[in-house]
Amino acid sequence: MKAVFASPHAHGARPVGQVMLLVMAALVPATFNGFWHFGWPAIFLWLTTILACLLAESLALQVAGRAIRPALADGSAVLTGWLLAISLPPWAPWWIGALGGAFAIIVCKQAFGGLGQNLFNPAMAARVVLLISFPLEMTRWVAPAVFGSVHAPDFLAALDITFGAGIPDALSSATILDYVRSEVSRGVGVGQALDASFKPLASSLGSRAGSLGETGALLLAGGGIFLIATRVIGARIPIGFLLGVAVPAALAHALAPQAYLPPLAHLLTGGVTLGAFFIATDYVTSPSTPLGQWLFGLGCGLLTWIIRSWGAYPEGVAFAILLMNAATPLIDHYTRPRIFGRRRDGRSLSPQES
Amino acid sequence: MNARDPSLFVRLRRRLQRWGAHPEARKYPAADTAITAIPLPPTLTLPLAQHIGAPAQPVVRAGDRVLRGQLIAQGAGKVSAPLHAPTSGTVVGIVDVPVPHPSKLPAPALIIACDGLDEACPAEGADPFTLSPGEIAQRVADAGIVGLGGATFPSAVKLSLGRDQPIPTLILNGGECEPYLSCDDRLMQERAGQVVDGARIILRAIGGERALIGVESNKPAAIAALREAAGGHADVRVVPVPSRYPMGSEKQLIAWLTGREVPSEGRSADIGVMVHNVATAAAIHRAIRHGEPLTSRIVTVAGGTVRTPRNLEVRIGTPISALVAFCGGLTATPTRLVMGGPMMGVAVDSLEIPVIKASGGVLALGPDEVAAPDASAACIRCGACVGACPIGLLPLEIAARIRGDDLPGSAALGLKDCIGCGTCAFVCPSRIPLVQYFNHAKGELAARERDRLRQESIRELVQARAARMEREAREKAEAAARRKAEREKAKAAAARKPEEVSA
Repeated sequence: MKAVFASPHAHGARPVGQVMLLVMAALVPATFNGFWHFGWPAIFLWLTTILACLLAESLALQVAGRAIRPALADGSAVLTGWLLAISLPPWAPWWIGALGGAFAIIVCKQAFGGLGQNLFNPAMAARVVLLISFPLEMTRWVAPAVFGSVHAPDFLAALDITFGAGIPDALSSATILDYVRSEVSRGVGVGQALDASFKPLASSLGSRAGSLGETGALLLAGGGIFLIATRVIGARIPIGFLLGVAVPAALAHALAPQAYLPPLAHLLTGGVTLGAFFIATDYVTSPSTPLGQWLFGLGCGLLTWIIRSWGAYPEGVAFAILLMNAATPLIDHYTRPRIFGRRRDGRSLSPQES
Repeated sequence: MNARDPSLFVRLRRRLQRWGAHPEARKYPAADTAITAIPLPPTLTLPLAQHIGAPAQPVVRAGDRVLRGQLIAQGAGKVSAPLHAPTSGTVVGIVDVPVPHPSKLPAPALIIACDGLDEACPAEGADPFTLSPGEIAQRVADAGIVGLGGATFPSAVKLSLGRDQPIPTLILNGGECEPYLSCDDRLMQERAGQVVDGARIILRAIGGERALIGVESNKPAAIAALREAAGGHADVRVVPVPSRYPMGSEKQLIAWLTGREVPSEGRSADIGVMVHNVATAAAIHRAIRHGEPLTSRIVTVAGGTVRTPRNLEVRIGTPISALVAFCGGLTATPTRLVMGGPMMGVAVDSLEIPVIKASGGVLALGPDEVAAPDASAACIRCGACVGACPIGLLPLEIAARIRGDDLPGSAALGLKDCIGCGTCAFVCPSRIPLVQYFNHAKGELAARERDRLRQESIRELVQARAARMEREAREKAEAAARRKAEREKAKAAAARKPEEVSA
């Protein structure tokens, strides 16, 4: 009975596990949308990736000699797997998900010291490693084939796609960003290429080729707004991200409409909504100061736009976020808030100044 | 330095600020109960250190009979406060008893066996407006009044600051932002006149121009009562402030009401502001007008395991078991006993601990009201603590430095500016005991600083000694040389003399 308890004696925050659960809940609509449009192979890949993350987490904790159960129960490994899975091509072979999940957890998270210690977002780092290592598998997109439609694979065919022979050649397709880029390189204007591939509403509700969960851009945005409303994430990073993409896109598009995509196409295609609301807002790898969060979000958006417009890859969300992750300690260092009763430079206010 | 209202810009800026937290208030049902005096217990236990500063020194012996209001221990030194007998009875002695302190170490206390007669020694009040500011401060000091909001800084020491510098603005703190507590709320409702009069007495003592009584907007009855009491006095104004923890923190309340920040390395008096708790003002009213020293206070007894939570007027030194018994006892074994509020209060072990001047609340909390002590997980850098810190610190970064034993690094991030309000720990999803980290580091840094100062003074002494030895040796050598020279001169003279003689 001589234990010493420090104040405060009351506690008012959601525990970490509940935070993770809310993020997963916000992902559900976009994920089910992905399942609906890409069928059984997407479900298999999603399960494989999450399972790989859980196994990798258990293994790493076992090696490190730490308690496994509480670490698994916080839901962070499941969430990493989930985020990685929905950023993968939906019909990618199982080993892509397994390898990516293991890499995300073991190299990107546990090697840094586990939850809260990693510099890079594990899901995005794993996705980039997969993209660079297995460019073929990571860029084989398929057109949506809604459950029950003619092209949709049945359960057994899906097993063959994920765990066996892979994607039948006839079914591959291109993402909007891929398509526009290749059309522009053939000399077709952006406007024409976009007209042929991009229908704002339908495209952002899943009727397009793309990653498992990214194609439901509006559903992701809805999930993100839910997270902001429930105060799980702040609004600064998502707003900064979206502005960072939209403002330069609008300027460039206004100056050269045939060379640069309009802002709406940037926002609703690729992984911008997933990145802005779910990846860039990862607590661990983003700044914790208010000003830093604005800079981080804007930086992610701007880099995404730069990579998409002038880089070698048609999509740049993952690279942009990783680059800004690397800058996070620096941003945090230089954007510390002013301390009450002190000036920005840390010296005490004088009575006249205050 | 003028007393002025915050500008429109300041009003807009403060609306945009998002520091702090909104813990569940849980003020009811206690806040609905009128203040009730409880019967005298058989014995009173009066710790000698109930205030910031040097402990009081007893002036009575075992076996002495004392009357209510009689001085039993006097203040020792500049910052200290005397103690008075809360009722009549016999001094039993001085013993080490458990006191409300986080360390749970025992401390010396005077024990009085009450005789039940409650006989008072004669007291004489005065009209404060015929007293000089110095006389008011002296009477407040003699009455043993300390900050009753929990800080327990001797009030008279603050009052005499008014003699050194102009302090136009007095702020009475009626924030009471701690959950559960409603002792100040009830006081403001039932004794608004005493509070307002206390404010006017303090204004006179410090030569101030206006008094602002800041009350959180969740206490409309208190605001109405105070406004009515302040009706005839143009220099006293009641200002509602938002209900937010820690609005009752001195620095935050000043910033909200005046738009000015207390300099980090200064005091509120430097910007012409002084803050007293509303209960302190009422105590000052009683001390000056009626000559009553501080011997009782209002205590909120609440928490999930208390049968009928309520507000009690209690003699200082009453064991909290008597308070709990008066509230119908406990419905279950409390998970934690807390003296004060749940945010900054002190966990105590036993119901035999006495009520002291600082005790605004006695909370017997149930399992669902307490943060589990060992549920702490890894920091996920969510930044909730950064948004919550009323001082603009980065608690997560400071804690990381402390964990890595980089105390200078934690100090460089502003650890010394931390007010220990606990908002960061309250909002932490990983339940990291941040306040514990900070208190540890503050103590360690203070110890290192003391060590450094001691070493420095030792070095200075050693250097002074070396210089002195050197000087003495030099002087000795010089004196020897002088003597030698004189001897030689004499010798030479003696040698010359025969020549002279022979010449």
